[in-house]
Amino acid sequence: MERSEGRIHSLRVEGITKRFPGVLACDDISMAIGEHEILALVGENGAGKTTLMNILMGLYQPDEGSILINNEPVHFKSPRDAFEAGIGMVHQRYMLIPNLTVVENIALGMKEAHKKGVMKLGEVRRKMQEVSDNYGLHVDPEAYVWQLSVGEQQRVELVKTLCYGARFLILDEPTSALTPQETDELLVLLKNMSKQLSIIFISHKLQEVKTLSHKVSVLRHGRMTFSGDTEKYTPAELASFMTGTKVELPVNERIDMKGEAVLELKNLKARSDRGFFALDDLNLTVRAGEIVGLAGVSGNGQKELAEVINGIRRLEGGEIRFFGENIANLTPGKVIEKGMGYIPEDRNTEGIVPSFSIRENIILKDNTTGKYSKKRFLKLGTIAEVSDRLKEQFDIRCPNTTTAAGSLSGGNIQKVILAREIDRSPRFLVAVYPTRGLDMGAAEFIHQQLLELRNKGIGILLVSEELEEIMNLSDRIGIIYKGKIMDVLDGNTAEIKTLGLLMAGVKND
Amino acid sequence: MIDFLYSILVLGIPFSVSLLLASLGEMYNQRAGIFNLGCEGVMSMGAFVGFVIPYFLIRAGVESGIIYVLGIAGSLAAGALLGLFFGVVVITFKAPQGIAGIGLQMFGVGVAGTLFRHFIGGIASVPGIKPMPVPLLSKIPLVGNIFFNHSLIVYLALILVPVSAWVMNRSSWGLRVRACGTAPRAVDSVGISVDRVRYQSLAVGGALAGLAGAYLSLCQVKMFADTLISGRGFIAVALVYFGRWNPWGILWGALLFSVTQVLQLKIQTMGINVPYEFAVMLPYVLVIIVLTFSNKNFQLGPSSLGKAFDRENRL
Ligand SMILES: Nc1ncnc2c1ncn2[C@@H]1O[C@H](COP(=O)(O)OP(=O)(O)O)[C@@H](O)[C@H]1O
Ligand SMILES: [Mg+2]
Repeated sequence: MERSEGRIHSLRVEGITKRFPGVLACDDISMAIGEHEILALVGENGAGKTTLMNILMGLYQPDEGSILINNEPVHFKSPRDAFEAGIGMVHQRYMLIPNLTVVENIALGMKEAHKKGVMKLGEVRRKMQEVSDNYGLHVDPEAYVWQLSVGEQQRVELVKTLCYGARFLILDEPTSALTPQETDELLVLLKNMSKQLSIIFISHKLQEVKTLSHKVSVLRHGRMTFSGDTEKYTPAELASFMTGTKVELPVNERIDMKGEAVLELKNLKARSDRGFFALDDLNLTVRAGEIVGLAGVSGNGQKELAEVINGIRRLEGGEIRFFGENIANLTPGKVIEKGMGYIPEDRNTEGIVPSFSIRENIILKDNTTGKYSKKRFLKLGTIAEVSDRLKEQFDIRCPNTTTAAGSLSGGNIQKVILAREIDRSPRFLVAVYPTRGLDMGAAEFIHQQLLELRNKGIGILLVSEELEEIMNLSDRIGIIYKGKIMDVLDGNTAEIKTLGLLMAGVKND
Repeated sequence: MIDFLYSILVLGIPFSVSLLLASLGEMYNQRAGIFNLGCEGVMSMGAFVGFVIPYFLIRAGVESGIIYVLGIAGSLAAGALLGLFFGVVVITFKAPQGIAGIGLQMFGVGVAGTLFRHFIGGIASVPGIKPMPVPLLSKIPLVGNIFFNHSLIVYLALILVPVSAWVMNRSSWGLRVRACGTAPRAVDSVGISVDRVRYQSLAVGGALAGLAGAYLSLCQVKMFADTLISGRGFIAVALVYFGRWNPWGILWGALLFSVTQVLQLKIQTMGINVPYEFAVMLPYVLVIIVLTFSNKNFQLGPSSLGKAFDRENRL
């Protein structure tokens, strides 16, 4: 910890402004954090939280404003300057190099790990051990990063930041990619760490904010709209600061549509990427006009199930009856033609083509049909019109529809996908973690859209690990565990406790 | 039979050297995330500069071996400069690397050829660098001639294989290079300049490609012509994939290629009745076959190869 001997008693930013082409990401933001404090920074997707933190780390230069440590102005030209000052950040998209080992990843930014141009990995391992003993953070130094789960990668990021001597820790949405169990573990860990460190914790899950933080600041559209002590406010109040209005997540009224079975999954068997049977004799039926929630800890076959239905993964046994017709092992294109809608788990790689414009992403599934093309030429006028209409209808926040989809925030990317899928009038929808990592406002919007679709008589298979989401939306709830459906409960009568037990594989009858 | 093998191997090793050097250079580029198709052009310039310096010094009456040292130094410098020039185009100005590489190839070959015709023209040669047998070792029957009776550059190239492996896997710079080729954003996030590392690797890679050219013009054919490189630069690029961005893999690829090359020459001179075009094809076909069936696990390769890095661009 040589380099950060100087303690940080206070950190302040004043009047920070940052513009991107067409967007004012940070608008005259000021805030302050003291020693051993946990400050929660909350705000909807695209509010400017990440941008502000990147400015603190010296990754972006602010257009206006200054940063003060112990009341002295500092200028960070690069993250190295920020490390020197004792500030470290765990980014929302992890900054790890998949084809290097953990210890090599940490060595990359560590001065002590290099002597006369030669790597001293022993030094890094010693430091990792020190951090591990101090905070109870264990990672295998010799593992390759690509072999690690998301939760493990996050631990590597934490260890890395601490090895660089951070006294002041910034965590950008650390829980958005974690399972509920991993989230709980992280919160406990951070609580302990705050005895020795100061922490800025970005999240839009207000429950976490309540449990963890001392102070809370709210960003909205790039402006700081509220700062105060966490204790004094309820999650609902904080939510209304975030969105500017009261948010209430909509609930399924469960008026029975008495639809016929539209998707029947019979004895499905399929392997995961690692070769074991991720779906092991799975049976489930979804009727028209109902939402079947699939609850379960992620990694129990959800991903494989969604892929098998959509023709992306090979089915090795069983049948998928879609409106009576077996669609098992059809190509994805054929499945789409049959009227299947799909909101994939990984929105950035499977949901959109990031470098394509919003328009191009909207027509991705229909670019050869009469809807958007004529005699093999694209109808650019129609495409522009439809995209602009969807931008309004789905409240996609972007400068215009020719913007690259990948440059949008997660919530807006999800809205683009949803707009495409819904505007195609699907006969069925598979929605996988549709609100993962999204703020309340965006989640509310997406829930409303799903319910509307259901009320129009469309069947929906909703995969989620947020029990609240499942309970609010589902007509029936299937619980998946190790590739099998443990049980199917009625949405009206299901209890969180039973769900939790079933998700853990405990069945008592 | 032994004679036959011996006659192939004794030529195969020197034949492989220009490929090996250029390919190692390309490996440094690609590991850092820069796809340099212009290797051929850099080799051509290296060959020209390496040749022209001793050529004029001899005409000015200088006789000592220093002329070749100067020639080699010139080719290293020319290669490094061209590498940096390529860097300006693809790193600073973020031009698409594939197209820029083709441009560099034509630029290098064209400029070298033009300068050659302007200042020298016609057919010109130099005595070239003489083999330097390793004392004792070169006296071993067969093996001695195969491995220990070559010019200094050959030994240097062979030593560069373990050295490069060490640099890549054990040195701090190698770590940075590997990281830049896979996750430049992560490198940036710990405060290391991605552009600087990439420029450095282009300079190193360019110098090696320049040396590869000079080896051809000073050791192998001892003259210059604008067709001297004749596609070796592109083979060098292919060998990097063949060798999975790994110096040992590249060595084995370069040897395999040049040994089949020698084999095809032998087949032609032995008067075996196959169309000579077929024999000429052999090494290329072999490389394609091996590339087709080799392990496609790109997990360990530079996955950001060919992409310019821009901190404020989120795509
Ligand atoms: N590099 C960038 N280029 C262009 N626009 C950007 C860039 N980074 C962020 N933005 C825009 O700035 C706004 C704030 O983004 P961000 O800080 O990522 O929000 P948050 O982290 O709160 O979700 C968004 O509208 C986003 O689209
Ligand atoms: Mg963010």
